[in-house]
Amino acid sequence: MRKYKEFVIEKLILLCGLASIFFVLLIFLFLLKEGISLFSTITLKRFLFGKNWYPISDPAELEILPLILGSFWVTLGAAIISIPIGVGCAIYIAEVAHPKLKEILKTGIELLAAIPSVVLGFIGMVTLVPWVKEVFNLPTGLTALSGSVMLAFMAMPTIVSIAEDALYSIPKTYKEGSLALGATHWQTIYRVLLPAASSGIVAAVMLGVGRVIGETMAVMMITGNAALLPHSILQPVRTLTATIAAEMGEAVVGSEHYFALFAIGIVLFIISFVINVTADTFLHKKK
Amino acid sequence: MVKFSIKNLNAWFNSTQVLDSINLEIITHEILGIIGPSNSGKTTFLRMCNRLNELESFFRMTGEVELDGENSNQIDSQLLRKRVGMVFALPLPLPLSIFDNVAYGARIHGETNRKKLADIVELALTEAYLWEEVKDRLNSSAFKLSGGQQQRLCIARTLAVKPEVILFDEPCSGLDPISTAKVEDAMLKLKKNYTLVLVTNNVKQAARVADRTAFFLSGKLIELDKTEKIFTAPSHQKTDDYIRGKFG
Repeated sequence: MRKYKEFVIEKLILLCGLASIFFVLLIFLFLLKEGISLFSTITLKRFLFGKNWYPISDPAELEILPLILGSFWVTLGAAIISIPIGVGCAIYIAEVAHPKLKEILKTGIELLAAIPSVVLGFIGMVTLVPWVKEVFNLPTGLTALSGSVMLAFMAMPTIVSIAEDALYSIPKTYKEGSLALGATHWQTIYRVLLPAASSGIVAAVMLGVGRVIGETMAVMMITGNAALLPHSILQPVRTLTATIAAEMGEAVVGSEHYFALFAIGIVLFIISFVINVTADTFLHKKK
Repeated sequence: MVKFSIKNLNAWFNSTQVLDSINLEIITHEILGIIGPSNSGKTTFLRMCNRLNELESFFRMTGEVELDGENSNQIDSQLLRKRVGMVFALPLPLPLSIFDNVAYGARIHGETNRKKLADIVELALTEAYLWEEVKDRLNSSAFKLSGGQQQRLCIARTLAVKPEVILFDEPCSGLDPISTAKVEDAMLKLKKNYTLVLVTNNVKQAARVADRTAFFLSGKLIELDKTEKIFTAPSHQKTDDYIRGKFG
């Protein structure tokens, strides 16, 4: 009887494990099937590197370089803002802050992570966008820069909490060993703790950036959504994610446009996959 | 000559008193052995000498620790720790190469000249009896060394900043007898140029290397005398019981 029970439980767990892989595989296959259909009418090269995205003109022009660059600019801007602040914050929490302050800060970071992206987008729209417009004297504040700033807020909790974990998990003995040689606190952080935690910090950055690339709602609300080739970070852009979200509803099922949106999905999938694998490699390098 | 003079020292973590009215002097170029059961305050005492205790947030002390007649709390803590080096219980190389581990101390104190660094590293490794074993692989990771080698590397790292005093916190607790013998050899030679304080759980180790031995119990200094005296005719019954292995 006991053996029988063991058997059933074991198989049930196995089933759960398989289910997760199975569904991922199904989703991926579906994405692939729908996306690949596009390439009977347009070459991969033109799809990726062409400059015009006019899905409803006739004939439709489905070239996503402006969207890729849109995503790129927004992500780059968000990374430049969030990485130094995020890593700095992690160092402060892990190393400098008094235990009580540390608890408060960690709670704050968790709260920041809990803000829904649409709320961030909304706040950005009414506060940041007019400010950007005024400061840079632009015709509109809906720019890649606005998107970058808001997305930096979304990447920060991920970066801070994972980098802080990495710093915290360094054996205390490293720190004492360095201080006992007469090193200052900052020398210890800079020469011992950061190198020791580097793989964890890189992973934190990658996961933060991954979150930015995949983010849709906030960018759709505040980047202006113009599918034009951006020349600077102060222009409206449209990201890959926002394109899918905005156009999927109106694309005719089975049309070229519809397939193109799926193809964008594949591109996003590949980007996220590469980032996650890189992060994972760094996380496991530690061991 | 007196190197360290400890006067009426009390220390607490939270409300637990870990050191109770300690008075003792550490003499230049001696090896002072400190023995006692666990929780007797030996390590805390050792960490008073380079102010490492103050890293703990719930630490409190009264009394004075004087280095060459100067109150150690008045000395800049980085400078104090440069003068008073420490070797820990577990060998803990930094996650760097062998060379960088030894050069670390010199570098943080501002030495950047490659030639000079190389000299400092060679000298320190030689003094720690490790040079012959590692001279061909200075750039490999310090983690590839055996436990005993790692501990001698840590000694070399401490020597490289040219301290005056070296504190040993149970330096052989994780080592086999042969590695232990090498570390002890190194200590006996180092005595000529440095003042050594050795906290050890191994009573016999104190008997082998220490010039004078102090016996700590429950945060109090029970007895301090010449090592031969402590191990042959201690004046305190508890000391006698401890070194005979009746408790501890």
